[in-house]
Amino acid sequence: MTLDIFLQHLLNALQWGSFYALIALGYTMVYGVLLLINFAHGDIFMVGAYVGFFIATFLLGIFSNAAAPLPTWASLLILILTILGSMVITGGVGVGIERVAYRPLRERGASRLYLVITALMIGILLEYLNLSILGAADRGFPELIQTKIYTVGGVSFTNIKLLVIGLAILVMVILELIVRHTKIGMAMRAISYDKVAVPLMGVPINAIISATFVIGSALAALAGIMYGSAYHVLSFDMGILIGWKAFISAVVGGIGEIRGAMVGGFLLGFIEVFVVALGQIPGFEWLSSTYRDLVAFTVLLVILTIRPTGIFGVARRQKV
Amino acid sequence: MLLEVKDLRVSYGNIEALHGISFHVEEGEIVTLIGANGAGKSTTLMTISRQIPHVAELGGRVTGGSILYQGEDLLQYEPHQVVSKFGISQVPEGRRIFGNLTVLENLRLATYARKDRDQIEKDLQRVFDIFPRLAERKNQLGETLSGGEQQMLAVGRALMTRGRLMLLDEPSMGLAPVLVRDIFETLKEINAEGTTILLVEQNANMALKLAHRGYVLETGTIVLEGSSAELAANPEVKKAYLGG
Repeated sequence: MTLDIFLQHLLNALQWGSFYALIALGYTMVYGVLLLINFAHGDIFMVGAYVGFFIATFLLGIFSNAAAPLPTWASLLILILTILGSMVITGGVGVGIERVAYRPLRERGASRLYLVITALMIGILLEYLNLSILGAADRGFPELIQTKIYTVGGVSFTNIKLLVIGLAILVMVILELIVRHTKIGMAMRAISYDKVAVPLMGVPINAIISATFVIGSALAALAGIMYGSAYHVLSFDMGILIGWKAFISAVVGGIGEIRGAMVGGFLLGFIEVFVVALGQIPGFEWLSSTYRDLVAFTVLLVILTIRPTGIFGVARRQKV
Repeated sequence: MLLEVKDLRVSYGNIEALHGISFHVEEGEIVTLIGANGAGKSTTLMTISRQIPHVAELGGRVTGGSILYQGEDLLQYEPHQVVSKFGISQVPEGRRIFGNLTVLENLRLATYARKDRDQIEKDLQRVFDIFPRLAERKNQLGETLSGGEQQMLAVGRALMTRGRLMLLDEPSMGLAPVLVRDIFETLKEINAEGTTILLVEQNANMALKLAHRGYVLETGTIVLEGSSAELAANPEVKKAYLGG
């Protein structure tokens, strides 16, 4: 594998890993605060993509002019409005689910098992709501950014790829700063350690939990729009497999840890892309792309066997 | 009257833990609730702080009575409002400091609802003056502290909420006698500076030395009340709680 081919795959891996990482953040934040695995989160990603689709289509309808192509400022404006709009609405959906489905259970002191099962049901509900309302046909996500291909040396990449990677890294840095250095972040970490003592600090627990769901869901929406911009196909079940894989990324990275979600997401992206890439090299032809998931999950299993709490995770002491 | 608990009843499932207890705390006082394990002392404090019934893990619920703070019924409010609106802080049983946060973060979190930045920095300095050990360890994680240091942090955290009334749940538990004396000495100073204190203790000896008045709680009922001197001289109290 020559250097430029390697770099090419590296960029692909970073982009692919960005989706996992952005979704994994939502899993890991909710888990960090509530010790709840929010299995509906993959479908929140789907909701975010669809909300983005509708906003973008609507805005394109307003701005479009049959006579002339859209000026750059207009398409940029549409992109920004689509991202912000979908993040806000999807954040609302996430916190709405929390209020309607999870909080009543928590307030009755239900075991976490029931919460996890409820989350699974909410996920299925979202999928089939979509299917029954919008029908089975896939949607084509509009091209919000004119795809441009750059070539440096032997490596070619699109502006969308750079945008996805850049946004993902930016978001993770911001999030890490919030969790480490703001009072809300401190409260999130404190809740994960001891829920009984947190209200004694004057911290409104429910508001912090809502904020966690809003942030996690908004990031899934961002991932959804980026995914739509990169691959242009939306379907009602698009969140299932990617959601599961993002969840596994979060666990491998150390669930509850922001850095863990990032590293786990990129790691899974790398393994998947490079397994396929290796299959193209003479001598490795047997490694066809059908081996991708097999190899990826074998590696992750090995990591978990060596470090059951994940790469960055620390064992929680069970307090009585 | 700062705090007045009237006929308070609390149950866990079908079991009633508090059978209608009544007591009060005047502004500026140190009042103690003494009693054996399981008498309902912690339940009382957790109910005043509204952790019962709002923290589902604790499993309790209020079935009757009222908790008046300057005439307003605390049972109308959420747990965080008890701290932020009324200024009632609590040093919980077992200290419950946040082990995954640094000492400084533990103290800062307690100012969550406060907006008075300048005063917060002054209060932080005051806590470090009272407990120099915490200043030395301010960037260490809470879980690396010794039991005594954790208790200092728990008291410091309560001070950082700037409450007018501080509830303390067995601050002497698990500490060496020398440390207990230090903590109680600190409580006396805090009280002298204007914080009212409601102290729950199994260590009746220490508690009655510090407090102005006290109540004896037995299996969910208040059986005795009086000034600390009266209680300390009471033959039953002597026999049951003072070791002779």
